[in-house]
Amino acid sequence: MTTISSPVLHRHDVLIVGAGGAGLRAALEASDGADVAVLSKVFPSRSHTGAAQGGIAAALGNVDDDSCEKHIFDTVKGSDYLGDQDAIEVLCSEAPQTVYELEHLGVPFSRLPDGRISQRPFGGHSATRACHAADRTGHVILHTLYEHCLRKEVRFYSEYYALSLIREEGSVEGVVAWDVVHGGIHLFHAKAVLLATGGYGRVFKTTSNAHANTGDGMAMAYAAGIPLEDMEFIQFHPTGIYKLGILITEGARGEGGILLNGHAERFMERYAPSMKDIAPRDVVSRAIYREIRENRGIGGKDYVHLDIRHMGKKKILEKLPDIHSFALTYIGVDAIREPIPVQPTAHYAMGGIPTDVDGRVVVDDKGTPVPGLYAAGECACVSVHGGNRLGCNSLLDIVVFGKRAGRRILTDIGGLGMPGPAADVADAVCLRIEDLLSGSGEETAAGIRSLLQEVMMFRCSVFRNEQLLREAQADLARLRTRYAGIRIMDRGRVCNTDLIEAWELGDLLSLAETMVAGALARKESRGAHFREDYPDRDDENFLKHTLVRKGAEGPEISYKPVVITRFQPRERTY
Amino acid sequence: MERCFKIFRFDPENGSVPLYREYRIDVQPDWRILDCIHEIKWKLDGTLSFRRSCAHGVCGSDAMMINGKNRLACRTLVRDLKKRGVIRIDPLKGFPVIKDLIVDSDAFFERNEAVKPWFVNNDRPPEKERLQSPEERDRIDEPTKCILCGSCTSACPTYWYDKAYLGPAALLKAHRFIFDSRDQAGEERLEILNDLTGPYKCHTIFNCVETCPKEINVTGAIAELKMEILRSRLRKKSKSGR
Repeated sequence: MTTISSPVLHRHDVLIVGAGGAGLRAALEASDGADVAVLSKVFPSRSHTGAAQGGIAAALGNVDDDSCEKHIFDTVKGSDYLGDQDAIEVLCSEAPQTVYELEHLGVPFSRLPDGRISQRPFGGHSATRACHAADRTGHVILHTLYEHCLRKEVRFYSEYYALSLIREEGSVEGVVAWDVVHGGIHLFHAKAVLLATGGYGRVFKTTSNAHANTGDGMAMAYAAGIPLEDMEFIQFHPTGIYKLGILITEGARGEGGILLNGHAERFMERYAPSMKDIAPRDVVSRAIYREIRENRGIGGKDYVHLDIRHMGKKKILEKLPDIHSFALTYIGVDAIREPIPVQPTAHYAMGGIPTDVDGRVVVDDKGTPVPGLYAAGECACVSVHGGNRLGCNSLLDIVVFGKRAGRRILTDIGGLGMPGPAADVADAVCLRIEDLLSGSGEETAAGIRSLLQEVMMFRCSVFRNEQLLREAQADLARLRTRYAGIRIMDRGRVCNTDLIEAWELGDLLSLAETMVAGALARKESRGAHFREDYPDRDDENFLKHTLVRKGAEGPEISYKPVVITRFQPRERTY
Repeated sequence: MERCFKIFRFDPENGSVPLYREYRIDVQPDWRILDCIHEIKWKLDGTLSFRRSCAHGVCGSDAMMINGKNRLACRTLVRDLKKRGVIRIDPLKGFPVIKDLIVDSDAFFERNEAVKPWFVNNDRPPEKERLQSPEERDRIDEPTKCILCGSCTSACPTYWYDKAYLGPAALLKAHRFIFDSRDQAGEERLEILNDLTGPYKCHTIFNCVETCPKEINVTGAIAELKMEILRSRLRKKSKSGR
């Protein structure tokens, strides 16, 4: 049996977990006055922010008439009125300045002939609002932020996997982590911990998410007794490459691409007469599934076509070079000559760790903070996306709230003490690792994970109902039992990715349980959460955020009100 | 169809020597090589270690040598390789192996940092965006595609024998800033490059171009850097001559 020796200790003022856009933007901000360390299970430039294609939303008005006011309303409506309007106001009002700041940091945005930042239409946005760098906007933002962190000598711990929060008397004092390359437990003590670990799309079979997207931060918070908010809201992006789930940006439709069913009919005209193909993602994904269910998929199969041929070769290669290359590489489809086979793919978690607009983690409806703990980006729920996120609002979210969290941490750490070296906090984690490494059961993490991904895909995705969700709940309970009997083949410590996958699976199971619990309790349809047995939105009973806490018998549900300032809920049509 | 994979294995913990291990699995022509090695790891041998994340060629984690050429495992399909025979997978050459297909990339990233890889413009920024024409933006389009996967530097014979050489990836990063119309630290970077560790060490072997998964003309970019160093020296000379 492998024995885990005593942990290596580290101390920093600020510890950021996750090196995507939110973590790096926060690091950049906080490094102005504090000793900042960033811990990431992948090298920073490998973070999934780099896969964001289409753009970042901001009412610059470079192409047509636009205003922050319109952006706010579009986002509120897009969220199916579940987004907190005070937070949405912050997001959209700070958007133009945020984009200008990124440009000043050197982000190579695509340009208009007059030299200003180029913008294009995007789903659910009523103006031409998506600032972009061809179809790799996230990539250039991620690299730029990382490069400036290097300039500011932010300390990076790459390939460290965060396992557990150190929580003492209510406050958070650091993180227990595993050194993936060398093996071994490390204790990171910090005055402030920011979770910026992204989403957990890997809970589904078909997803646009990276293998690394296993919801580590959400699961750590949940395990530490912190509630998660609105976990039942998962966005399915309408256009993943058939079978693979690889993303084809909404920008393809923003630039004029259209969706066609098996009868070559532009079916979105029936579902969203005015916005058509660039209606919000929840609307388009449901429409695609309806077409497939009613036997109007391509050749009766479970996909439809995305047609961008009429854009012409020049524009496709200039505006959408990466997606042209994806379709060609993976399914041998030349999008200049043929339509691309697509189907919805699990893409984004609207829910997450509840925070205020300054990234402070808050645990209840009174906004009670957890001293020392912050969250930003997809792992957080501010909530600016409510029931459905608009395209391009997530790159905006990570930069706006990453920065705000970093700034708030700088203000707060003056009053936060450096925790003492309580080495025994890692004991439970060490035991768990030793257990995993010496497990002698029959199950494999890969086997259970693949079942989990199928359960979630077929019982808890775009269309849900009581029966499917009950089945999912029972399946998850069985998988949880089987998980206790897993055996890891790799018994070493160096680069033990087998061990990491096993730990990640435990997290995915917990998060799946929170999703199903929230979905069962929400007996209405709103945004991305659609219940066939309750097909209408029910503002009287469910215009509220779900909070799910870890209880002795499984997830416990409570609610908190939605912040409504200016826009009263109305019927949502496009 | 069944294919045989011959994979480089090295476990630093049990004191054994590196070896190749063969695995036979059923694959489909449209499987990514990443799908194949996942199949091996998940069904046959959990000890096989490799890096991966996005699985569609944008994060740069899974560069490895597949049938003798550096490629991304997630961007290479079974049907892209020769139809018969074993598929051989090795770690990136020129980088120390830690375990199996996982290499130590620290030196690679340190070289990247040596060229001051961050945007510099010390003027007070305007209220809105700085203007840049589409043509000026085009000038840096290629280098901004780089995903730091390491394929190019690992394929460079100069890098194999001279570890002081910055290597194609770091030079490409320098190019991205030197030719950005908005950047002001070009001269400073050219000073760093005007050294035997810089672009002069490129012998135009074009391995980097052949291997780049983003199809970037890295050798061309390095040649432009050589020219730019010369131009910069001429600029300085004519200035001091006045």
